[in-house]
Amino acid sequence: MLNIKDLRVNLEDENKEILKGVDLTVDAGKVHAIMGPNGSGKSTLSYVLSGKEGYEVTHGSIVLNDSDILEMEPEERAAAGLFLAFQYPVEIPGVGNMTFLRTAVNAQRKARGEKEISATDFLKQVRERASSLQIDAEMLKRPVNVGFSGGEKKRNEILQMAMLEPKMCILDETDSGLDVDAMKLVAKGVNSLRDNGRGFLVITHYQRLLDHIKPDVVHIMADGKIVKSGGPELALEVENNGYSDILSEVA
Amino acid sequence: MALEQQNFNPIENAKSQLKNHNRGWSQKSRESALIRLSSIGLPNHRDEYWKYTNPAELLTNDLHGLAVTDHEEANVFAEVDALKIIFCDGIFKPDLSDEFLSDNISINRLADKGDLHWAQNYYGALEKHSHTPVARPLAALNTATASDGVLIHVKGNIDKPILILGLQNVQAEATLHHIIKIDPGCSLTLLESGSFATKLNTVMEVFLEKGANFEHVRTQGKDHDRVAATHIFSDIKENAKFKSFTLTANGILTRNECVLNLSGDDCVAHVAGASVGDGKTFHHDDTVFITHDAVACESRQVFKKVLRNGATGVFQGKILVKEGAQKTDGYQISQSLLLDDDSQFLAKPELEIYADDVACSHGSTSGAIDEQALFYLCSRGISRNDATDMLTLAFLAEAVEEIENKNVANIIVEKISAWLSRRKN
Ligand SMILES: Nc1ncnc2c1ncn2[C@@H]1O[C@H](COP(=O)(O)OP(=O)(O)OP(=O)(O)O)[C@@H](O)[C@H]1O
Ligand SMILES: [Mg+2]
Repeated sequence: MLNIKDLRVNLEDENKEILKGVDLTVDAGKVHAIMGPNGSGKSTLSYVLSGKEGYEVTHGSIVLNDSDILEMEPEERAAAGLFLAFQYPVEIPGVGNMTFLRTAVNAQRKARGEKEISATDFLKQVRERASSLQIDAEMLKRPVNVGFSGGEKKRNEILQMAMLEPKMCILDETDSGLDVDAMKLVAKGVNSLRDNGRGFLVITHYQRLLDHIKPDVVHIMADGKIVKSGGPELALEVENNGYSDILSEVA
Repeated sequence: MALEQQNFNPIENAKSQLKNHNRGWSQKSRESALIRLSSIGLPNHRDEYWKYTNPAELLTNDLHGLAVTDHEEANVFAEVDALKIIFCDGIFKPDLSDEFLSDNISINRLADKGDLHWAQNYYGALEKHSHTPVARPLAALNTATASDGVLIHVKGNIDKPILILGLQNVQAEATLHHIIKIDPGCSLTLLESGSFATKLNTVMEVFLEKGANFEHVRTQGKDHDRVAATHIFSDIKENAKFKSFTLTANGILTRNECVLNLSGDDCVAHVAGASVGDGKTFHHDDTVFITHDAVACESRQVFKKVLRNGATGVFQGKILVKEGAQKTDGYQISQSLLLDDDSQFLAKPELEIYADDVACSHGSTSGAIDEQALFYLCSRGISRNDATDMLTLAFLAEAVEEIENKNVANIIVEKISAWLSRRKN
């Protein structure tokens, strides 16, 4: 599904290397988790995957389902099935949440040569999926993320993911800012999308989320590299002992 | 030809026009307007309020550019069930216009010469008092020389909006002067659309009696070569409500002035504009002067400009709160969205307050598109162009939301979307 090879990335403005050779393969149907200390490059990896400007890829490749996505614009990557739930979702005054969702769904369908979704089908789908995330109608009417609480923003990210039905989902700290009940809701939303054709990359600091979204593989990222990979037990180790043991072990 | 242009003097031209044509009931008002004009003189680039906009184009008799003959495009409000008043090349066309058979409204044309017209005391009356502290010479020129216009007196309930539509078949110049008088407690929605003329000078004088309600929505559209100077004057009495919104795209030079006098307690005046300019030849100027001369009145100015490829936007807006105009609530915002480094926005916001119990705020900003928001939209599959359009519409929203009639507001939003998307190849 997703294949990252020796990815090295500089900040365009500062010529500072942030990612220093990331290797990562996520197969369809699998959930991979990435943990790692603050500033290790997890969000940077997610931005580079989704095509944000300001980063210069100096080496390596990213292949999504046989296409080299480094050559693609962000919107083309989205249409190819990539989705990023942002660590910090952006507020967009003046653009209604519903208009935004429908425009996005139809833009992706159009890019894939599919028919636009009918207004009634769209409404039905949004209502269904929003209510399972306990997002009420009033929130749907508001401008995108404007005035949403931290937790509401994160739930809104998952709603977008549910509507866009991407192939490769990247969740950047979707659990931070969520209360216990909201986390269960979000986990339920993610789990309902789990299937054989879909891959997940879940960035988190806490084992708690991984109790609900059971990962197949856990990676530890430090200083711009994946330094250790293992099963779910690796997350427990981090939870209990922090990173110092793991980092000194690989150093 | 070139020599002839240089020698053209609008004041001399107005003099000879008035000498050669008797304009009946409006003749006296025209003659006094000409005297006013002669004493204040023509606008000059060196004048304080013409510093950002060169009036030269507005003063020649040289017409360039092509006539906009696409009549379907001209009527932005085709879907609205409205009573239509149609001008073609600056001349009223009764055969194309709708007939009005109602005791609640009287509509006449300025070019009718009948004696002792009700409008006699109104023609030029607001323009006349608008020259201090800032002169409005093009408005005085208009009063002196207007060739046609509509005179609308609303006396009771009317169930439909009135639409003034300006069609164009040939390259032409037009000087139109409209008078709107709305009796106590009555309402009017006035729509304006069309290219009208290659070179246009319009004055609209709006008299709002106690509790009267006026909503004006205007589009200045597709005519790329338009040179236009427009003035809206209004005197707003107790509890009356004035609203005016203008959408502008294209045009070489557009100067829209709005001069409002809030003269009755508890009245409301909102004036808003959204403009979308593309290219070095686009120059759009909104000049607003609002005088609070009564207690507990509210005024709002909301102007938004989207500028790209070297376009220029100007905003000069003033709130004057006179002595005794306590409990004034004045708000003014002017903002530009600059889509590249070549475009410029020149703003001159002013407040002058002589009362102590007032709440006035004003702000002016220039900014680029929000890259974070743009990336967020693109990451959801929306193309960069479409995402830019969505953010542009969002930027203009505060101005468009000033339109009270939601049906009309939706038409305006659709129009802006269409204009924006047509720019892309
Ligand atoms: N635009 C930028 N300008 C300057 N430094 C940057 C920029 N983007 C990232 N960095 C730096 O790159 C490093 C990696 O940042 P990144 O946000 O990817 O970390 P992270 O692993 O997501 O951290 P956290 O767990 O705190 O979210 C940090 O040192 C950060 O300061
Ligand atoms: Mg991060």
